[in-house]
Formats: sequence, structure tokens, C-alpha cells
Amino acid sequence: MTNTSNGTPAIEFRDVVKRFGDNVVLDKLNFSVAQGDRVTLIGPSGSGKTTILRLLMTLEEANGGLILIDGDPYTHEYKGDKWVEIPEKRRRVVRNRVGMVFQQFNLFPNMTVLENIIEAPVHVLGLSKKDATDRAEQLLEQVGMPDKRDARCTQLSGGQQQRVAIARALAMDPEILLLDEVTSALDPEIVADVLGVLRDIARTTDITMLLVTHEMQFAREVSNRVLMFDHGQIVEEADPETMFTNPKHERTQEFLKAVLGG
Amino acid sequence: MNEDSIWSWETAWDVLPQLLRGLVVTIEATVVGMVIASILGLFIALAMRTPTRWVRGPLRLVVDFIRMTPLLVQLVFAWLLLVDIPPLVIGFSVLGVHYATYMSEVYRAGIEAVPKGQWEAAIALNLPRARTWRAVVLPQAIRNTLPGLGNYAVSMFKETPFLFAITVVEMYQAAQQYGALNFSYIEPLTLVGLLFLLVSYPTSLLVRKMETRLA
Ligand SMILES: Nc1ncnc2c1ncn2[C@@H]1O[C@H](COP(=O)(O)OP(=O)(O)OP(=O)(O)O)[C@@H](O)[C@H]1O
Ligand SMILES: [Mg+2]
Repeated sequence: MTNTSNGTPAIEFRDVVKRFGDNVVLDKLNFSVAQGDRVTLIGPSGSGKTTILRLLMTLEEANGGLILIDGDPYTHEYKGDKWVEIPEKRRRVVRNRVGMVFQQFNLFPNMTVLENIIEAPVHVLGLSKKDATDRAEQLLEQVGMPDKRDARCTQLSGGQQQRVAIARALAMDPEILLLDEVTSALDPEIVADVLGVLRDIARTTDITMLLVTHEMQFAREVSNRVLMFDHGQIVEEADPETMFTNPKHERTQEFLKAVLGG
Repeated sequence: MNEDSIWSWETAWDVLPQLLRGLVVTIEATVVGMVIASILGLFIALAMRTPTRWVRGPLRLVVDFIRMTPLLVQLVFAWLLLVDIPPLVIGFSVLGVHYATYMSEVYRAGIEAVPKGQWEAAIALNLPRARTWRAVVLPQAIRNTLPGLGNYAVSMFKETPFLFAITVVEMYQAAQQYGALNFSYIEPLTLVGLLFLLVSYPTSLLVRKMETRLA
């Protein structure tokens, strides 16, 4: 796989293996994402896109290989020849650099919008409540919901909840943001709002983004690289322009034809 | 006084103060018992989730044992064993421990009903495990357990007459004592039934309302 010539990649998979029972989802996967890259993962259902993001968030455990964040071993490492788990204490240090937005938002329903956003900055980063609140208000402004600070999340529409979830993830100042089909649980007319917010983040920050989406137009706008997956392997990678207009691999052509309805 | 009638208002009036004193004991036992049951039940539920089998195995055994033996037997057994402790203290302790085993199930279900996505969001935010429990999972789980807690409070309340077996003068025992002394049982026992109903019916309505509101 291509690697950045200038410096350590933000994300690197080395021979990562992931199985669910007998189902080998990732079989020695190798790829890396450079600092500040915006990478979109595409591929048919079940090809392992979500699994990759979940491994990066430590929501799944790999069965082999290494995952490196800024060159630091994250979940496992080799001690001599032995492949060993990295203890939670060390994982936490690295995990602070990674944030994730979920398809189903997963806001905490027992908290207000503000409480959702400041919970981790206060209890993980150790910010004062005042500083965290100031930052949260700024972020709510940024996602277009300045007046919803004290609302219960359950009173918000899906699109609003997702924007809060984005603000919540950003409040941790992640270096890497993982986005797994963040608009696919939303009504079509709201999708544009959320995509607009993400476009804005892509434009105004240098956060490394790894996203899975079926919104090809959006992928084209925000990402500078697209990886086509099939059966847990990268079959093709290119800049979005090339990938969407002139895919080389037959599997990619078929897949794009199916999703673009062309 | 009309000796032939089954019901005498005079007797009813006469016994009422005693019964009300008994009712206070009954309610006391229920409240203290429920406080013990809800706290201990939570700890049992949490301990059942530890990965160490040395904790879970024996605890499971004790919990099953308590749940599968009658409350009455447990009361008398504890009373015979712990001679130095006041019966009322034994009473609400045993009620509390007995119901804690049921409450632990309610908590377990409540904890399991918290969606997986909540845990995952907490991990994604790097919240420490303890903070996740305290700020995210337990508030939602306990909300889920409120109707169950209410239901068990009502059924504990109805089981307090067993305390008579260990000489606690709660409402039922008060009625018995009055009956034995005055040879009239109908009025006291009817009133006991009515007083139980008077407390438990509104409570269970409240619980049902809570259930529909939380559903
Ligand atoms: N928790 C799990 N238990 C068992 N199998 C799983 C689990 N999660 C994922 N899988 C399997 O792993 C494979 C890859 O799943 P994954 O969710 O990563 O695919 P995906 O590319 O995200 O698909 P989609 O486009 O449908 O979201 C699938 O075969 C799926 O059935
Ligand atoms: Mg997926």
C-alpha cells in the first residue's frame, strides 16, 4: 500500500486478522492513512468496512497483526515473537486520539445535549466544567444548533442528534475521526444538513478522517482517497475522481454500477 | 352492644388505633426492607458481572438458596440463631436480603436492557469503566428497574405478616392479639385486609402508571 513519504501515518494496519468464528473477515490486511488524509472506504455489504472502524475504536479485538496510531502500537504488540495484548491503561492513551460517530448516534439519553458533549472532556481530559462548556457551545454553534444546549437528546430529531454526536466527538479534539455511515439512519431531507457539517469540518480542520458512506457525491467532495474493499482486502485505491469515473478493477466497476445505479 | 351481629362498629373503632400502630411497623419494615433490598440487590447484580468465577459461583449458590426457600423459614431460622438481636431488626434484614435476591434479577435485566451502543459510545469517548457505569449505564438501568422495584415493594408489604412468627407486632399480629383478648377476630382482620388494600392498591396503580410512562 502507499504510504506517506512525509512522516508517520496516522493509521497503519499491519497484517491485521479478524475472524468471527469461522468467518475470516480480515485476512492479513495492510493499509495506512496519512496524517490529515480523508479516506473513504467503499465496498459491498459484509466486506469488512465497519469491522475496520470498530477495530480502530477497540470495539472489536483483532485476532492477529498490529494496528498503529501515529506509529504507536495500539491494541497489540510483539514481545519477541509473541503477539500480546496491550493493557487497557496504555490503550487509553492512544484511544484519546481517536473519535467515532455512529450510524445510530448513541447519545446518552439520560443527559442533556450539553452534558453529552462535556462528559468526556471533563472526565477524561480533565477540563474544567467552564472550559468544557465554552467549547461545547462553540461546537454547537459549528454544527448549527446553538439553541439546543439544554434540550434532552430524546427530544431531538435524528439529524439533530447526529449533529450533537459529531460535536461530542469533536469536543475530545481527536486526531482521527471515524465515521460509519453516519447519515444512513436519517431521513433523506436531513442528510444534507449533516453532510454539510462534515464538509465544514473537513474544510476547517486537519483531522484525519476515515469514513464509510454510500453517499458517493459526498465521498467525492470530502475525501482525497478512496479504498475499495472486497472480502476484507483492498482491491483498488485511487483518488475519488479516478475511482468514480475510471475504476480499473472489475469488482469496483460492478460495485459502483450497482450503487450509482448507472 | 348487639351480641348477635357479626360486625360491631364499636369493636372496629376500638381496635383501630392498635392496628394503625401495627401499620406503622409494617410500613417501616417495608421501607427499610426495600432500602436494603435495592442496595444489596444492586451489589449482587454487579458482583454477578465480575469475570472472576470465584465470586460468581458461590454467590449464585447463595442467591438461589435464598430464593428457593420460604421467607417464613428464613425469618424463624434467623430469629432462633440471632437471639441477641431485636426481632424487628431481624425482620427487616431478612426481608431485605430475601428481596435483594429478586431485586438483583431486576437490576440484571435493567442493565442488560441498556443498548450496546451506549457502552460503545462510552468507549469511543474513552470514558473510564467506572465512570461509564456511574454516568451512563446505571442511570439508564435504574430507570428500567423502577417498576420492578415498585412491584416488589408491594409484594414485600403484603408478606410482612410473616413477621408475626418472630414476635414483631405488625398489623396482623396486632389484630391477632386483640382478637385473642376480646374474642372477636372479624373486625380486626377485616380492617387489616382493608388497610393493606388501602396502601397497596394506590401503590400498584402508581407502579403501573410508571410502567406505561417508562415503556
Ligand atoms: N459481531 C459480529 N458477530 C459475527 N459476525 C460479524 C459481527 N460483526 C460483523 N460480522 C461479520 O463480519 C463481516 C463484515 O461485516 P462488516 O459489518 O464489517 O461489513 P460492512 O462492510 O460494514 O458491511 P455493510 O456495508 O453491510 O455495513 C460480515 O460477514 C458480518 O456478518
Ligand atoms: Mg457497515
